[in-house]
Formats: sequence, C-alpha cells, structure tokens
Amino acid sequence: MLNKLQQLGSATIGTIQGLGRASLMLFGALWGRPRPVKSWPLYVKQFYVVGVLSLLIILVSGLFIGMVLALQGYTVLAKFGAEQMLGPLVALSLLRELGPVVTALLFAGRAGSALTAEIGLMKATEQLSSMEMMAVDPLRRIIAPRFWAGLICMPLLALIFNAVGILGGHLVGVDWLGVDGGGYWSAMQANVDFYDDIVNGIIKSTVFAFIVTVIALHKGFDAIPTSEGISQATTQTVVTASLAVLGFDFILTAVMFGG
Amino acid sequence: MVDIQNLTFRRGERVIYDNMSMQFSRGKVTAIMGPSGIGKTTLLRLIGGQLQPDTGTIVFDGENIPALKRHELYQARKKMSMLFQSGALFTEMSVFDNVAFPIREHTRLPETIIRMMVLMKLEAVGLRGARDLMPSELSGGMARRAALARAIALDPQLIMYDEPFAGQDPISMGVIVRLIKSLNGALGMTSIVVSHDVTEVMSIADYVYIVAERKVIGHGTPAQLLEHESPLVQQFLQGQADGPVPFHFKAADYAQELMEMKG
Repeated sequence: MLNKLQQLGSATIGTIQGLGRASLMLFGALWGRPRPVKSWPLYVKQFYVVGVLSLLIILVSGLFIGMVLALQGYTVLAKFGAEQMLGPLVALSLLRELGPVVTALLFAGRAGSALTAEIGLMKATEQLSSMEMMAVDPLRRIIAPRFWAGLICMPLLALIFNAVGILGGHLVGVDWLGVDGGGYWSAMQANVDFYDDIVNGIIKSTVFAFIVTVIALHKGFDAIPTSEGISQATTQTVVTASLAVLGFDFILTAVMFGG
Repeated sequence: MVDIQNLTFRRGERVIYDNMSMQFSRGKVTAIMGPSGIGKTTLLRLIGGQLQPDTGTIVFDGENIPALKRHELYQARKKMSMLFQSGALFTEMSVFDNVAFPIREHTRLPETIIRMMVLMKLEAVGLRGARDLMPSELSGGMARRAALARAIALDPQLIMYDEPFAGQDPISMGVIVRLIKSLNGALGMTSIVVSHDVTEVMSIADYVYIVAERKVIGHGTPAQLLEHESPLVQQFLQGQADGPVPFHFKAADYAQELMEMKG
C-alpha cells in the first residue's frame, strides 16, 4: 500500500517536472526577437515535412471515414424515413468530432513520432550540443519552426479531412444509396452553423495541434540519448498524445456542446 | 586563456570533480588525460557553459563562464569551439553547408565570400574535394576532419577537442595529430585536447594534466611527466593493467566465491 502510494507520488512529481521542462522548452523556443529572413527557409521546410507529407494519410482516411459514416448513418436513418438528414449527420459528426480528433490521432502517429525520433537522434548524435557550442540556440533553430509548423498545419489538415469526408459521404449516400443530392447539400446548409460547428471544430483542432506538437517536441528533446531511449520516447509520444487528445476532446466537447 | 579554480561538480550524489584547479595558456596545446569514465568530456562541457559547476570559477578570456547570463554565454561561445567525439555533423546538410553553417549564422557575409572561407577551411583539412558529399558518405576519419573544418570556420580563440583520436586508423590519427598542431600554430589558437591516447598526446601537447580520482594527479610538460614520481601517473602513462588503479572491479574474494559455488 505504502509502496503504491510512493509510486503514485513519484509518477505525479515526474509528470509535473515533465510539464515544467516542456514549458521551459517552449518558452525558450518562442521568446525573443524573430528573425524572419534567416528563419524563412527553415519554416518552409518544416511546413512541407509536417504538413504536406501528412496530406496523403489525411485524404485517404477522411474519404473512408466519410464513406463509412454515410453507410452506417443511412441504415439507421432509413428506419425512420429520415434519409434526407444524411448530409447533416455526416457533416456534423465530422466537423464537431471526428475531423479534429482523427486528424490529431493520425498526426500524432505520422508527424509526431517523426518529430520525436528526429530530435532524439539529433540529441544522441550530439548535433544539438554542437549547435549550442556554435552559439546557435537549438530551441530557436530546431524547436520553434517545428512547433509553428505543427500548430498551423494540423487545423488545416483537419479542415481538409472534413471536406474530403463530406465528399466521401456524398459518394456513398447520394451516388450509391440513392439519397437525393440536392437534399444532401441543402439539409447540411440548413443544419450546420458556422460558429457553433465549424469554428468550434477549428478551435478544438488548434488545441489538439498544440498538445500533440508540444508532446512530440518535448519527448524528443528530453529523450535519453540511446537507441532504446529514442524508441521509448517515440512510443510515449504516440501514446501520451493520443490519450491527451481524447481527454481534452471530452472536456472541450462538454464546454462547447454540453450545455 | 582559461583559468579553472576550485571546481567542484557533482552528478546527483556522485562527485565528479573535487576542488580542482587548472590553467590553459594562450596559444598552447594543453592536454587532459585520464582513465575512461572520469568525466573528461564533462570538463569540456563545463568550460563551454553547457553544465553548471557546484562551486568554483571557470574564467575564459576574462569572463567567469558559470556566472554569465544566457546571451552573454552565447557571445562567449562565439569565441570558442568544440570538436565532438562523433564529429556531430548535421546529417541533413552537405559537408560544404556544415562548414558554412556557423559563418551563415553569425555573419552577414555575401555568399561568394562564405564560399571562399569554406573552401579555405576544407583545404586546410584536405577535404576540398569532398565538399558536396553528405556526412553519411564520409569515413569516420573524414567526418572528424570535416567537423574540424566547421569548428575552425570562424577562427575561434579556443578550440576543445573531445577524444580526437578515438577509433581512428593510424593514418587518420597521424593526420589529425598533424592538423591539431599545425592549426594551433597557424591560427594562434589555444587548444585543449581531451584524450587517453598517451603517445599521440605526448607528441603534440605543450602541457599535460592527468586527471583521476576526482582531481589532478599530475601535471607538467610531457618530459616532466615521464619523470613523475606518482605510481598512478606512471601506471597510466605506461599502460600497465594493474597498479594503483586495480585491474579487477571490486568483488568478493575469488577463492571464497568459487568454494561457495561448489558447496
């Protein structure tokens, strides 16, 4: 019993220390005078690596999730003769919930793990140390561009996911199952609210982007510089980021749509 | 150039250095030798301000490194340089871009001048022809020479070599020994070489510190050290397996342990 309590205490202290170190890392990366001219190529590269290279998985997943939603939704709605509500069902599920959450989970697996492994390896091969000794701050040169790339790209990816998902829903609902095409779009237009649904979805997605990116960067920066340490850090990034996204999703949903 | 006074450094409970003092003179090659695992690299990191000592001062070019503020430390680091054991080249850049990295970061020189400077540095280490290769295409010796070219890119006043000879074949070892000596002479730099390769170090160092058991156990010119009376120093310099530093890791009595296994 006492042992368990001790373990719980040490785990809590560990978590709080981790949060502290992550905050310090972020502060060090973002504080100070920006140097747009010198940093521009670094940012462009990270936007490409983090954002553009994640597009394929987002497009394919979005399409399939939209198609499955339409298929599942149709069978239930048809029982009540409410097939014309298929459009709002697909759109609201995606915009409010599945778009931000699934994008965040995919992003954690695709880009988050890559960020952790890359930074962990840079640490293990002393590249970060040597940068520091050359009077170049690795926080500003390595962490900052990756942070902004993650924070900006993920909400954009979520929007693309939603759009492709809605098209996937159309493909199955209208083209295959025979729901009226005009009804699909007009019911969607009537039931989806710009602020309540779209903006709230973007807010969710931005929060998830912050969580996933900071966890990925921190785990890499804090990794034990051995092969085992990096493999652990990469796994932890995916597990911690996914759980954090699901946890925050519940809280945000309760705040946004709960009352 | 660098003056370390009463340095104490602990890692957790473990004392790495206990009240140690050292001086590194300007324009000289000073070597720090000692058995593995006594924290020689740690000393270089302390001088570079990457670690904070518990007590003591580390004065570099008139400034006490541990007391500097972050931006002052970064200013001081522009005057020093370090060659890491692994080379630590940036893997996503070519050799040319690696050497150009510190110049591009800290100066606003036009690209033609940067190109000229980089080629001069690469010529000095004999790798002008390898400028377009990626670090993964270099041999261990070449990678270290490329890293050396990067380390001298901005003509630092102080350069610290972390185990520059470790894992090198005799030819590249000879090349690096010659480079350290000639760069020190040609550029007027102060060099600190951390190593346990006795012959190589003794051939290039002007002054040698031998560190063991958390402190300096002997120092002097290579000739003075060879005459040193300490048995520990002699054991280290002559590479004897047993002596004041025991061959065996601490263990229970051998005969007794064998008897217990039998019983």
